[in-house]
Amino acid sequence: MGENALRKQKLALRDEILLRVEKPARYIGNEVNAVVKDKEKVDVRMAMCFPDVYEIGMSHLGIQILYDMFNRFEDVWCERVYSPWLDLDRIMREEHIPLFGLESQEPVKDLDFLAITVQYEMCYTNILQVLDLSGIPLSAEERTWEHPVVIGGGPCTYNPEPIAEFFDLFYIGEGETRYRELLDVYKEARREGADRKEFLRRAAKVPGIYAPSFYRVEYKEDGTVRAMVPTEEGIPAVIRKEIEMEVSDTYYPKKPVVPFIKVTQDRVVLEIQRGCIRGCRFCQAGQLYRPVRERDVDMLKEYASDMLKNTGHEEISLSSLSSSDYSRLPELLDFLLGECSRKNINISLPSLRIDAFSLDVMGKVQDVKKSSLTFAPEAGSQRLRDVINKGLTESVILDGAAMAFEGGWTRVKLYFMLGLPTETEEDIRGIGDLCNKIAAVFFETVPKEKRVNGKVQIVASTSFFIPKPFTPFQWAPMCTKEEFLEKAYLTRSSIKEQLNQKSIKYNWHEADVSVLEGVLARGDRKISGVIRKAYEKGCLFDAWSEYFKNDLWLECFDECGVDIGFYTTRERGLDEVFPWDFLDCGVTKDFLAREWKKAMEETVSPNCRMQCQGCGAARFGGGVCFEERGDGYGA
Amino acid sequence: MERETVKLRIKFAKSGAMRFVGHLDVMRYFQKAIRRAEIDIAYSEGFSPHQLMSFAAPLGVGLESNGEYFDIAVQSHTTAEDMKERLNRVMVPGMEVLNITMLGAHAKNAMASVAAADYSVRFRQGYEPGFDWVGRSMEFYGKPSIMVTKKTKKSEQQLDLKPGIYSMSVKTDENGVPVLRLFVDASSSGNIKPSLVMEAFCREYGEELPEFALLITREDTYANAGTAENPRLVPLDAVGEPF
Ligand code: SF4
Repeated sequence: MGENALRKQKLALRDEILLRVEKPARYIGNEVNAVVKDKEKVDVRMAMCFPDVYEIGMSHLGIQILYDMFNRFEDVWCERVYSPWLDLDRIMREEHIPLFGLESQEPVKDLDFLAITVQYEMCYTNILQVLDLSGIPLSAEERTWEHPVVIGGGPCTYNPEPIAEFFDLFYIGEGETRYRELLDVYKEARREGADRKEFLRRAAKVPGIYAPSFYRVEYKEDGTVRAMVPTEEGIPAVIRKEIEMEVSDTYYPKKPVVPFIKVTQDRVVLEIQRGCIRGCRFCQAGQLYRPVRERDVDMLKEYASDMLKNTGHEEISLSSLSSSDYSRLPELLDFLLGECSRKNINISLPSLRIDAFSLDVMGKVQDVKKSSLTFAPEAGSQRLRDVINKGLTESVILDGAAMAFEGGWTRVKLYFMLGLPTETEEDIRGIGDLCNKIAAVFFETVPKEKRVNGKVQIVASTSFFIPKPFTPFQWAPMCTKEEFLEKAYLTRSSIKEQLNQKSIKYNWHEADVSVLEGVLARGDRKISGVIRKAYEKGCLFDAWSEYFKNDLWLECFDECGVDIGFYTTRERGLDEVFPWDFLDCGVTKDFLAREWKKAMEETVSPNCRMQCQGCGAARFGGGVCFEERGDGYGA
Repeated sequence: MERETVKLRIKFAKSGAMRFVGHLDVMRYFQKAIRRAEIDIAYSEGFSPHQLMSFAAPLGVGLESNGEYFDIAVQSHTTAEDMKERLNRVMVPGMEVLNITMLGAHAKNAMASVAAADYSVRFRQGYEPGFDWVGRSMEFYGKPSIMVTKKTKKSEQQLDLKPGIYSMSVKTDENGVPVLRLFVDASSSGNIKPSLVMEAFCREYGEELPEFALLITREDTYANAGTAENPRLVPLDAVGEPF
């Protein structure tokens, strides 16, 4: 009976294709909590896209939040779309199958909006893939009402210029606040029969919305930006980020979509706060999401229970930039421990500072013999840690490690960055030293007869430092590939010289891709030609090291006459106008410059709870900036 | 620690888009569904306890089924009807719980019970063979032996399918489409894939079965309620009791 109806359930791809591709469940939609609406009964249809493979995209919290928000709007139906994997990509091109939304299985091209979240620079070619497979012209300029409005959001859009050509609009900041308004502007424009340009013009006046086609960039002779000029009266010269200040009373999904296949984040994700009080000088997120706003602990308890019930997930994870700084953490964890042990649910706790409290909690939720502890000193010496404003000291690390070893842990992971401003050989050698000291702590604290497997395992990983917009290091020159590799070799040999080198394993990232990420991160509109060319030559899934084609990219820079060094190794003056300066993320350029100077002086800045640094984010009128500041916080 | 648990056998159907969700993911799907439906399932002991759950025969990607099974151990239960309804409330289109029965304490688990399976096989439109397959089917089935070459990584092996084919017939479905019914051995030692039979069938009449030509539905999965010498094949849920 019902069987025949189900057999007719519409899929965009024929059986023969689904049976040929890897993991066909990536493309069928139909997941638990996926929202299907009657398309005749909505005014606006949109696709939310994460331009990477399904398993990555489905793990992203931001999309789940916006998907839930849009679908709560009665007049809107929001679907999801991800990058088809290479096998399907080829088939879709061969057979001219248009990219489709997972829920309706209908072409993206027929929808009103395509919203793309841009989480990392290395997905830029995938953005072009999504547009291309959808049958949407890559250049925003060539689009008509035949095509959806393409709007970008996410951290990379704080420097949207390298990809500005491909987007009709960008939404700068947190999506909870202005989308309703934007959609209403859209509905009105369509009702009036306004042309596309007119709609974009009106959209450009909605706070937080950047419409690239209404801005002209003027360059100086040396190639740097002179000014970014609105081309029409009434278009704002500066666009301030949008921010949700009522984080305890806003959109958050109670019924997130549950994928069939195993995805990276196969669990309930509870975002406990936004922002970070710590101000590490290399960290972009720490500046972009200021000020810190904590969610109400009762709200979090309620959501945790509901989300577990509605998804059936067997694990819950807390999400934030620095969970230890959440002021109600003990209460929340207490609640979760009770709730979860009753229901056999695992708790995963990323980004906790290692101290007596966190070790106690972690000892309850994980198998200490199997799990590892993570420290992120980021730099090998105290001097360099002061430069980057990473408050972690050697004694804190060693004390934490000693406590952990006493508690039964035997594995330690350490994360470092190479190529930080002012870094010397001595700083790099400090990495090996620190690893060695941690191993020594193990042998000192754990008597021989108590050593599990007789040993300790330390894994040191280094990534290469990439200066990002809106950080105090946005002025910093970046290393070349050769310099990066030299630093990695030095790290390796300094580890090899250590007494306990047998207990230390060392991993480092590829240098090629870091250099490219550096170009894209601080690039300008002149880069877009390179990105397009790279895509046309076959670059795709650049974030996947096995598919990253550095030679092709280099060829494209060459052919476009774009000098990589201009964007990476060049020293930028304090008076330089950056391509992203027309955006206002709340934190002032003055503050960032102050922090940059303090870095050069090796001076640390206290965190927001210890002493406000006057970064500018207080203008949003809430969060940590208006908390009672005790003088003893952290003591 | 001894706990009182009861074993239940759940029968479900899988169709539509769900055909493309593989066996391991179906298991994960039901683990989560059981939590959503708040079934009081029992867990294993140890640091990371898992649900006590055992699936019958895995179903290949692309196949439909009207007779899939898994067993769970529960610490408490309501009526079969209520539990079925609770599960169906949290299903997605293409998944339907059909029946829940209670197993005796000594019943073999679902996987070990599987002895045979009943399949409906259709040709996908445009993939029908050139010969009169409906007319020839009984002639094919009448052969004393049906030899195929089974390729493994290391060797090629000649295998007679005939003893494992318990019955074969052709009917027409409500849309007038001819359907071949195959009742075959599905035990772990002698499992016969319907596609293997169909390949041999086509080859017998000089054709190669193209890829993706078949639409296959597993109609039900059977256990042997008799003895090895005197088998009595019954659907897997006929072993359990209503509750
Ligand atoms: S204004 Fe002060 S308290 Fe607020 S985010 Fe900036 S530094 Fe922190």
